[in-house]
Amino acid sequence: MKYYINEICSSGNIAVDDNLLVKDVPATAGSKMLESFIPLFSAEVVERLEKAGYGISGKTNVSEFGLGLVGETSYFADAEDKKLLGAAAELVKDGKVKAALNVDLNGAPRRASALSGVNFLKPTYGTVSRYGVIACACSGEQVGVTAKDAESVKEILTAIAGHDSKDGTSLPAEKYEYTLGEDVSSMKLCVITELYDKASDEVKAKLDAYIAKLTAKGAKVEKVSLDVVFAAQTAWQILMSAETCNNLSRFDGVKYGYRTPEYKNIDELYVKSRTEAFSFLTKATIIYGSDALSKDKYNNCYDKSMRIRRVVLTKVKELLASYDAIITPVCSKAEYEAYNTEDAFMKVFEESLFTAVPSITGLPAMVSGGVQLIADSFKESTLLSIAHTAEKEEA
Amino acid sequence: MKYELVIGLETHVELSTDSKLFCSCGGHSSPKEPNDCVCPACCGMPGMLPVTNRHAIELAVKAGFMLNCKINQYTTFDKKSYYYPDLPNAYQTTQWFNPICVEGSVDIGDRKIGIKQIHLEEDAGKLVHDEATNTSFVDYNRTSVPLIEIVSKPDFRSSEEVITYLKRLKSALQFAGISECEEGAMRCDVNISVRPEGSTEYGVRSEIKNMSSLSEIKDAIEFEKVRHVDALERHTEILVQETRRWDDVKRRTFPMRNKETAADYRYFPDPNVMPIVIDDAWLEEIRKSMPATADEKATYYEEMGIAPKEAAVLASDRKLCEVFDAVVAKGCSAKTVASWILTECMGIMKRLEIASLDICPDKLARIIELVEKSEITRASGKKVLSAVFEKDVDVDAFCEENGLNSKVDESFILETVRKVIAENEKVVADYKGGKVKALQALFGSVMRELKGTGDPAVIRSLLETEVNK
Ligand SMILES: [Zn+2]
Repeated sequence: MKYYINEICSSGNIAVDDNLLVKDVPATAGSKMLESFIPLFSAEVVERLEKAGYGISGKTNVSEFGLGLVGETSYFADAEDKKLLGAAAELVKDGKVKAALNVDLNGAPRRASALSGVNFLKPTYGTVSRYGVIACACSGEQVGVTAKDAESVKEILTAIAGHDSKDGTSLPAEKYEYTLGEDVSSMKLCVITELYDKASDEVKAKLDAYIAKLTAKGAKVEKVSLDVVFAAQTAWQILMSAETCNNLSRFDGVKYGYRTPEYKNIDELYVKSRTEAFSFLTKATIIYGSDALSKDKYNNCYDKSMRIRRVVLTKVKELLASYDAIITPVCSKAEYEAYNTEDAFMKVFEESLFTAVPSITGLPAMVSGGVQLIADSFKESTLLSIAHTAEKEEA
Repeated sequence: MKYELVIGLETHVELSTDSKLFCSCGGHSSPKEPNDCVCPACCGMPGMLPVTNRHAIELAVKAGFMLNCKINQYTTFDKKSYYYPDLPNAYQTTQWFNPICVEGSVDIGDRKIGIKQIHLEEDAGKLVHDEATNTSFVDYNRTSVPLIEIVSKPDFRSSEEVITYLKRLKSALQFAGISECEEGAMRCDVNISVRPEGSTEYGVRSEIKNMSSLSEIKDAIEFEKVRHVDALERHTEILVQETRRWDDVKRRTFPMRNKETAADYRYFPDPNVMPIVIDDAWLEEIRKSMPATADEKATYYEEMGIAPKEAAVLASDRKLCEVFDAVVAKGCSAKTVASWILTECMGIMKRLEIASLDICPDKLARIIELVEKSEITRASGKKVLSAVFEKDVDVDAFCEENGLNSKVDESFILETVRKVIAENEKVVADYKGGKVKALQALFGSVMRELKGTGDPAVIRSLLETEVNK
């Protein structure tokens, strides 16, 4: 597997997804479009880690603009990469780096860490700067941390979280304190039946085993219904695609990036450059998003999705008033098989059923032991404590 | 049948901010070299996020105050998507859903023109075509410079009303320091239709895009009026709703290619720009920072002892007010300063064809001070003032170099007086014979000899003493 698109320093202990900028190092976002693009500045999260003394090992392979299931739609993927695993998660699993920074815009790092059996935390929207993220879905994407154990996730997250004046959506708190020490024995957790039922037997068994570890510690776990998960999936698909369509339109072959060698006029330059440089999934997402934003469909697609976002948030918050956290599967299967390129859009859409709620609501979510934990805003410590407790049970 | 014009205007004005709307690059003060004033944000590089310029928000609110608008205290920014090389992000951030100001009006004398809304948006860059190499270049200096778009209601009934409105708008925006309204920095889209007089329905509308000169706007409106009326009266053509452009060489409008206009802009709220909440305290702060209106200013000047007519002239022009206030603040008397500005400065400006008063108040204050203390004559003062306008000279150095200083040469004046008396025996005799006016002729001769440098009071007293000896 090709872990890195560009290696920086073999002694570095943090890998960074290639849709995050590191000054003077090419940032391709897994796309032919940006094969030669060299950023003039580093992402805020990268700067913070470097200031704290961490070293960046290199830019990890990601699916084009992070839109795929894991890393399969990268322009730089090897033929054998059809194994469908995330590069950063595998590096962490193999102990090659302490941790990795990933952009979670439609669940890819969450799926990757579940498949590789490592931890990933997508923090509350607005707590970690998005400055320097090659943006797709600004209203929901977040930089998160992949690491082998909850302790390391906490350490790296502490280093990157906090207000950044360069990001207008950044929340005001300068620093966040996280702990692994919340008492899990007194916690009440719930499993969402709609998502549980959609998972394979293997995934169900994994989730049951995880729950068993927590109940053994005294936690109470109940099954509940949350039918807005389906609306959340569709609404997020619309919002994510529309924002992606808009954000990727700057890649037009005029200023930087790929430009088609031959064109007769500016329109041809646009159409050929974008047609030749984007993968199928990226094009499908752009077309879907463009349609959702068109004059005739705006009210019934984009605007309605924003209203659904508020409904989903309200419903999930109601649930989280009675439970400390929600437990769900994060992938339908324990292992992904390669699929036909033309099926990419539907494949990703189907799998996003499990990841859409944290994406559309901005709530924090953590993958631990192959399952997904979701908590209320700013309750990262609850997630970290549950993951930490489950880890100790394994040992 | 009699027809009436129905016109609505969309006016774009560049704001006088120090930086662009969403990044810290310099704002309206345009740099000399192309792409001197750009950063990763305003040239569309990935990874950058917009940070909203509060000063631009404040200036838009001020524009709302000036045009009697209701200020939306909750206002948002939206993205408008289209592809063009001068638009590096392929979207323009504008205000589609919740504009910052709504429902205002502009007084144009006997009528009021309604303002539908004022919204903030980013400007686009500039394309430069090189015919020699058949290449186009892009200059992003202007990208993301803040603009306000002032959308009027379709309330105009003649081209004269449009011109009056634009002049009022310009002076209001300049007066409040909202925009410099430099040449070309105020651009209009003119929506125009005609209908039978008395009808309340609207005719087929054409939109003339991107006009900046008042005379062209007037000509374009008159041309369209004739074209529309001909179409209705004599069926010269079938009117369709379309976008047109004015060709200043051919002196007529032409339809623009459909492709340039039939776009779906895919507006949606910008998730990276948080809604702006202008709370009461901030609104009050902005209101307090508004300059006095022309009427308030005129009343204030009258209270300082300036004649109503002069006060009104001073108050009507922001530059005049600025210089006047600054010179008065240096301790000169208000009446004197008013006379210097309205008589001497404006006279020189007229002669040199200078449109707006652009003089260092310190220099004007110094000239007035020298004249008031009789260190130079008023005539010399005018001479220095003229040199200041023309070559921006240093006042004291100029007086020194040109021997305008009237204090030093009292003995020289006496010498000159004696010389004039000696050379004009007849005039002296006339004077002594009772012709009082003859003294004035002698005085004039002395002044001529001295080339206007001597202190007139001193000359007169010396002359009287000497001639009566
Ligand atoms: Zn800039």
